[in-house]
Amino acid sequence: MVRAQPISNRTINTFIEEGRLVLTGALLIDTLTQLPRDILSIPHDNVSAIDVSGLSQIDTAGAWFLIEQQNRTAQSGPPAQITGATDVQAQLIETVRRHMPPTDGPSDRPMSLADHLEAFGQKIMRGYRMMLELTSFLGQVVATLGGIVRHPGRLRLTSVVHHCQEIGVSAVPIVALMAFLIGVVLAFQGSAQLRQFGAEVFVVDLIAISILRELGILLTSIIVAGRSGSAFTAAIGSMKMREEIDAMRTLGLDPVTILVVPRVLALMLMLPALGFIANISGLIGGMLMSWIELGVSPAVFQTRLVSNTDVWHFGVGMIKAPFFALIIGIIGCYEGMKVGGNAESLGRLTSASVVLSIFLVIVMDALFSIFFAVVGV
Amino acid sequence: MAPAEDPIIRVRGLVTRFGTHTVHDGLDLDVRRGEIVGVVGGSGTGKSVLLRAIVGLLEPQAGQIEVFGQSVRATSDAEFRALRRRWGVMFQDGALFSSLTVRQNVEAPMREQLQLDDRMRETLAGIKVRMVGLPENAMQKYPSELSGGMRKRAGFARAIAMDPEIVFLDEPTAGLDPIGAAAFDILIKQLQAALGLTVFLVTHDLDSLHAICDRIAVLADQKVLAVGTMEDMLKVDHPWVHEYFHGPRARAALSTAQPDGVR
Repeated sequence: MVRAQPISNRTINTFIEEGRLVLTGALLIDTLTQLPRDILSIPHDNVSAIDVSGLSQIDTAGAWFLIEQQNRTAQSGPPAQITGATDVQAQLIETVRRHMPPTDGPSDRPMSLADHLEAFGQKIMRGYRMMLELTSFLGQVVATLGGIVRHPGRLRLTSVVHHCQEIGVSAVPIVALMAFLIGVVLAFQGSAQLRQFGAEVFVVDLIAISILRELGILLTSIIVAGRSGSAFTAAIGSMKMREEIDAMRTLGLDPVTILVVPRVLALMLMLPALGFIANISGLIGGMLMSWIELGVSPAVFQTRLVSNTDVWHFGVGMIKAPFFALIIGIIGCYEGMKVGGNAESLGRLTSASVVLSIFLVIVMDALFSIFFAVVGV
Repeated sequence: MAPAEDPIIRVRGLVTRFGTHTVHDGLDLDVRRGEIVGVVGGSGTGKSVLLRAIVGLLEPQAGQIEVFGQSVRATSDAEFRALRRRWGVMFQDGALFSSLTVRQNVEAPMREQLQLDDRMRETLAGIKVRMVGLPENAMQKYPSELSGGMRKRAGFARAIAMDPEIVFLDEPTAGLDPIGAAAFDILIKQLQAALGLTVFLVTHDLDSLHAICDRIAVLADQKVLAVGTMEDMLKVDHPWVHEYFHGPRARAALSTAQPDGVR
């Protein structure tokens, strides 16, 4: 294909003359769009030849266009001959013809009600299968933990300590600040309401019960899910992408023992500790605001806290912590293991991991509420 | 197709450095229209760096690079965009966009640069995918679902999506089995003939060099040490070149790979 012409000369003309469709100029991918729309609506019934001798340039798109025109003439009689092509052009046209799409298959039909139902059912089944897989993964982790209890030498202690640092110690400032502010907000809003009844002093009960029992641990879990759960998925997922996980297996190393167990274990140790810090910090925030807003002195606050708040409120919060930690850890690692070969799945599964773990933590919290109500704590 | 006298790619006095490490020092190279040039050289001699410098991915420290008679470095953005449309690049392992299917990958340059209607774009992309010998069902697949050889083919399809005049291929046969590599050689040769391409080929593969390259450029000592046909290369009296073209692997390639499977 000789392209002697400068770019500015890229124009195309077409007309029909004595039963010949004549094209002159450059028939290229970007001149095709310049073709007037009506070229496609000119009746091709009596066209018996397509004259391309006036074409200076053709590319694959141009060749495709010529074949399309030829096929249109074939709808009503013998196909038109392409005449006047140079050897190179003819070769290109033949090459393109060999690679034309197979005759048009059925085009996309609109989705019917049955299709929607099917898509919905498949979604449900995917969710169901995922729950099964998640449960099986949980079982695997628990079994590995059991193995470690029997053979403590298998535990990667360094790794556990490293993850404790990452999950726990590094998260202390953000968790403490968050809980402190929640305490402040509770005291401020509570006092505004309780003052109407002259029951300001009950703000202590309000703060203590809501923070110790629910908010401290729930909000800590949400922050940790966003901070560490996503990090688990990203770290394990990128290892999966680079086939490091497969390499481990071939070397006889168990990825669950090496990657998952230390993370889950560290999380189960650290989340209660972070929850405890959040509780203290939330109470301090509440105490400070009660003092400023209501004049409840820290001493009074402390006395009322100790005498009026059942220690079980604290216990309920702390009991929930390891369960939340297990949910966050298992989901974070499970989603990481699901990452496939491309970068897009890593991003998708990381965000899925955070959303799913926060959702399941809240579901778990609701179940705990029912449980503790039934047992009467 | 007689090669025109004026070179389509003209590199003069190219100097590239990374920190204190000099990759090229006064490198000259001409590529003529319609030929397949193979660039060879030991690891770290800057074959891929040369390719990147020519297509403007890398700013050289000194020297002139002209493609189609226009300087790559001195052009304005608009001119460079117009220039860039006239070549296609296939990177090692394809460098396909992993979030797009094969067909969408090939459509991507058309989508960016032209206002085509959807059906036309899909058809043209489909033709390109078939041209590189990928099966029909590969169109809807994602790059992660393809084998290495198929990824390279898909990368080639994307490189020729806009009907470029020059294609730059970075190690197209590396990592392929000998049969796949030979098939890829034939593919390059066929498409070169059908589309009138000029091919700039970075390779290690002696069989490719022997089977499809019109000329070979050897990179060593930070320069193009020798340019010429395979016969010319055999006469070059430089230790590395001699070792490369007279080593056991070269002898095997020369004695077995007769280019009779190639038109």
